[in-house]
Amino acid sequence: MFESLSDKLDSALKSVTGQGRINELNIAETMREIRRALLNADVNYKVARDITDRVKEKATGDEVLQSVTPGEQLTKIVYDELTRVLGGEHVGLNMADHPPTVILVAGLQGSGKTTFVAKLAKHLRSKGHAPLLAAADVYRPAAVDQLRTLADQVGVPVYSVEDDGQIVQDAVRVADEAVAHAKQKARDVVIIDTAGRMHVDEAMMKEVADIKGAVDPNEILFVVDSMTGQDAVNTAKEFNEQLDFDGVVLTKLDGDTRGGAALSIRTVVEKPIKFASTGEKLDALSEFYPDRMAQRILGMGDVVSFVERAQEQYDEEQAQQLKQKIKSDDFDLQDFYDQLQRIQNMGSMKDLIGMIPGVGSQMKDLDLDEDAFKHIEAMILSMTPEERSNPQILNGTRRRRIAKGSGVEVRDVNQLIKQFRDMKKMMKTMSKLTGQGRSMNLKKLMGRFGGGGSNPFPG
Amino acid sequence: MGFLDRFTNRNTDEEQEKLDKGMDKTRSSFMGKLNRLVRGKDTVDAALLDDLEELLVTSDVGVDTTLDIIDHIEERVARDQYVSTEELNAMIREEIAMLMLDTEDERPADFDAELPNKPHVVMVVGVNGVGKTTTIGKMAHRYKQAGKSVLMGAGDTFRAAAIEQLEIWSERADVPMIKQKHGSDPAAVAFDTIEAAVARDSDVVLIDTAGRLHTKGGLMDELSKMKRIMSRKVPDAPHEVLLVLDASTGQNAIRQAEEFTKSVDVTGLALTKLDGTAKGGVVIGVSHQFQVPVKYIGVGEGLDDLQVFDRKGFVEALFGE
Repeated sequence: MFESLSDKLDSALKSVTGQGRINELNIAETMREIRRALLNADVNYKVARDITDRVKEKATGDEVLQSVTPGEQLTKIVYDELTRVLGGEHVGLNMADHPPTVILVAGLQGSGKTTFVAKLAKHLRSKGHAPLLAAADVYRPAAVDQLRTLADQVGVPVYSVEDDGQIVQDAVRVADEAVAHAKQKARDVVIIDTAGRMHVDEAMMKEVADIKGAVDPNEILFVVDSMTGQDAVNTAKEFNEQLDFDGVVLTKLDGDTRGGAALSIRTVVEKPIKFASTGEKLDALSEFYPDRMAQRILGMGDVVSFVERAQEQYDEEQAQQLKQKIKSDDFDLQDFYDQLQRIQNMGSMKDLIGMIPGVGSQMKDLDLDEDAFKHIEAMILSMTPEERSNPQILNGTRRRRIAKGSGVEVRDVNQLIKQFRDMKKMMKTMSKLTGQGRSMNLKKLMGRFGGGGSNPFPG
Repeated sequence: MGFLDRFTNRNTDEEQEKLDKGMDKTRSSFMGKLNRLVRGKDTVDAALLDDLEELLVTSDVGVDTTLDIIDHIEERVARDQYVSTEELNAMIREEIAMLMLDTEDERPADFDAELPNKPHVVMVVGVNGVGKTTTIGKMAHRYKQAGKSVLMGAGDTFRAAAIEQLEIWSERADVPMIKQKHGSDPAAVAFDTIEAAVARDSDVVLIDTAGRLHTKGGLMDELSKMKRIMSRKVPDAPHEVLLVLDASTGQNAIRQAEEFTKSVDVTGLALTKLDGTAKGGVVIGVSHQFQVPVKYIGVGEGLDDLQVFDRKGFVEALFGE
């Protein structure tokens, strides 16, 4: 059975946590466990060794030896070390002083370049740029069609070179002409999608180097599948030697991969990871923050992203109103419906739950039905406004009508009403507790992992 | 060349050359490192075992499989007190042979072998970007060359331009395909394809599917549905479910294999993009941790660059001289 890195680290750390102090004896076995956990997450062998060596060095210092909670101390050290290895700070794109900014995107076959190019175009558009996509993958069957379809969805133009309906197999020409075209049409960013290539394919590696020579890009991005194994390092090294790229893009992070390749690439080529891409929806692209990735690798959740997404959905005033409603027991089914809408706007349930510290690793095998809310919504929408604010008037006749109206069974309606009642009870209890400052536990929990300035609950 | 002579002894010279070239890196890196590791040492000590662990892990054999191998060797070293490097070499070979060969057949059926069903339906599945469509294109070509009539079904109705991509392969391999429009129900495409295959008396049906991450429950259910619908037209169809794995994938390959098997009972693996890099080790790890045979390996982008994988040959060649 596969265990994620955090599970393994957990058990490795437990052997220390149970003991009073870290000492030379118990640390050797723990480091071995941590190293294997890192290897299981596809962290490169040498990088894993380096990390455990450094962690060991720090962990045997006086400070830790005298600490009363060695397990927590060690977790903090591992977390700090991962954050350091991942690059510390977030690094953005290099933009040209005089537009157009030229961005060259390269990588192995199937790493997700074309999808990323479309996502990046959307991302840049939302920031007020006017991108042009250059279809320089002139080899893979239907690659240009794929780029064009995605570009249509994002609403940006594509530049390609065709002769008599046939793709002209000259990637350098496509890139070169696309830049000139962008200048003419006042597009301020050109994103060049190139063919996937093996790093050992000399002719193809020369081609991408030629594209670089022809258009002198401001930013070269190396796209890598986050599920890549030990070979990620060799690939990245070769591409870096040929292209001296500026940044790395991690794709397919929505699988259950721990993304150990990210650690390795960052260490070996010393280039920052700039974007993390998840999912096939074109807005599933985030800028990369090393501390958040370290939390993910450790299974600590990603509270910052969670809070950020929540903040996008709630303003201060709404939050106050909601709090007041819960306190005064005015929270009704209409409010519940509004909350469901907001939560769904925040992203997929699985993503969200994965961001909650300590919950992510426990929930990873849970198969969440993303449509589960739909039935609940349908039931609430089948109620009259009066029923929504006074659920107690829902008698048998009304329940049957609602079930019919929303295409569910009466027992589903019963269940909803019961769940809503239970939830209200729980919310009331919680609001009383937090009123008395009992939220301390959560704060304490967060403080533990506070590390690199990522504590979302300062003070 | 040594390494792969026996590995592909049933392939033609031309194929052999291509495969040799494709697997060159794996061979030189794994065997070269192993030889360097063992050379000059007269006994097995902890440092040597550490180096062996590194060699196996960096070849993507996988941590668990590596530890299994190391544990067994450690046990024997402890029991026999003294183990020479020659014995160590033999032990590693035995271990790997055992891991590779404890599943049924020694070599999967060739493209020209007689098929047990007519039409013989193969469904091809995998995560995004592993090379499913390319693999289908190559399989269609190989089956056709072996004198079989083939029909392909464009079951990836989701990804932009996936149908067009398969269409181009269909022209290259000169094999007909059944398609519907983008966004249509993939199960319906699969059903239509099989129906057409029955009507045309085709020998082989190859059904493409959209790439999906094994963690997306809804999409995995869609695959089970496709499979169910196929069996309505031809009982027992699909006769093969081929999971395509990218050879550069790390430990996650095992998870993919597990999850896809849960949904659609994978019967064989195709390992793609084996050319050019030192990734041959993943074959060993996957064979050990996952009891489904590797059936094909992809070693390049051309129509001919798909080989039937001969496990016995692989092990013999890995250590043979």
